[in-house]
Amino acid sequence: MHYTFNWSLIFSGNYGQWFLDGLVITLQLSGLSIFFALLLGTLLTIMRLSDFKPLVWFSVGYIEFFRNTPLVVQIFFWYFGSDPILPDFFKQWLYQQNIEFATGVIALSTYTAAFIAEELRSGILSIPKTQLEASRATGLTFLQAMSYVILPQAFRIVIPPLISQFLNLIKNSSLAMTIGVMELTYMARQVEAHTFHGFEAFTVATLMYLSLSLLVSLGITQYNKKCLRVGYQ
Amino acid sequence: MPLIEFHNVNKWFGDFHVLKNINESVNKGEVLVICGPSGSGKSTLVRCINRLEDIQQGEIIINGQVVTHKNQDLNALRSEIGIVFQQFNLYPHLTVLKNITLAPIKVKKITKEEAEQTALRLLDRVGIGNQAHKYPIELSGGQQQRVAIARALAMKPQIMLFDEPTSALDPEMINEVLNVMKNLAREGMTMLCVTHEMGFAREVADRVIFMDHGEILERGTPGHFFTSPEHERTKAFLREIL
Repeated sequence: MHYTFNWSLIFSGNYGQWFLDGLVITLQLSGLSIFFALLLGTLLTIMRLSDFKPLVWFSVGYIEFFRNTPLVVQIFFWYFGSDPILPDFFKQWLYQQNIEFATGVIALSTYTAAFIAEELRSGILSIPKTQLEASRATGLTFLQAMSYVILPQAFRIVIPPLISQFLNLIKNSSLAMTIGVMELTYMARQVEAHTFHGFEAFTVATLMYLSLSLLVSLGITQYNKKCLRVGYQ
Repeated sequence: MPLIEFHNVNKWFGDFHVLKNINESVNKGEVLVICGPSGSGKSTLVRCINRLEDIQQGEIIINGQVVTHKNQDLNALRSEIGIVFQQFNLYPHLTVLKNITLAPIKVKKITKEEAEQTALRLLDRVGIGNQAHKYPIELSGGQQQRVAIARALAMKPQIMLFDEPTSALDPEMINEVLNVMKNLAREGMTMLCVTHEMGFAREVADRVIFMDHGEILERGTPGHFFTSPEHERTKAFLREIL
């Protein structure tokens, strides 16, 4: 084996900056996707638990479809295949954006929303039915009872599995490189291509993913402990 | 005109006929105690009034309006009727104050300041004015149940329903809840209480009804009910419970 490790090389020139640029894109991509996934996931859960059958069917169909197809296929579908089914105004808006990045956000959030919806649903089902009953009995509507009484309690319960979903999303965001989003993995690959030092390049990327994930996990756990668990034993 | 009327009310849970041809009325300011063995339908009867349960036959009329038809605005109906449950059912993630102000702010659309003032006044009235910023878990069962009563009263209801409000309490906490209920009765609140507290029934009930197997078997003033019940089943029940 004639491989000479050269750690200083991959931080020389612009390479260090490349990694940072990639990291920033990964952060933006993941942050936005987590936000939309939570929103959509919550919406899907409420639909699933509503009394209106068509909404229930839509939610079940959505969740099963997005959970059971590979994420790369979904990314390729949104990027190469969705054109004929998207409405014109949306397409026009999309083409004004960074289309690769926007597609990445759409694919990651629609995919992760399906998993979040299932976690959240199990959280809601673990809240005693009497909570919904008590809140409806004071005149709150179903949506008000959900927003102020049920969901806040359910979120507290599902925070540990939600963290896993967030971490999965951060790691899955690397798949956006397949459509040319210049996120961390893409940039690591660039550095490797320029330096022929793949070991160092991907070690750096690995450590960046690792620290990011650990920070997110720790941050949410602490927030949960300090702010959300008041009032619980 | 009575405030609440039941006309030939029938209800089934699947094949189980839980309410059989109920006819009863409650006047404004009246305190009605409903007793009977478990499974007799007494809780269900009360829960039909605010439509936590739906009936299959007959009508329930409140203030001259049928409230059991399909188009009834449930949220409007429920904001007029307070209910207190056996298990308190406070919201564990909210402080006592927020438990009480949630519905007035969201349903009645009153300001937060006004809702909080009302809530603090109600907490004083039920004797726990100093607990407003605690979480439910930090309170004893009796205190939690008093918060639940304050939460129901915050909507300024016309009717208060009590579904075995003291059954989940330790004996030494029962009286603090009953005292709040007695005060409420003296202030003229219309109350329907499902309870086994016969002392309470004797002292504050205007009328007592006894249910068994979904039927009202006995009805009358507490004096009549406790001293000269007519039905054998009532006599047996009273022997058990007194």
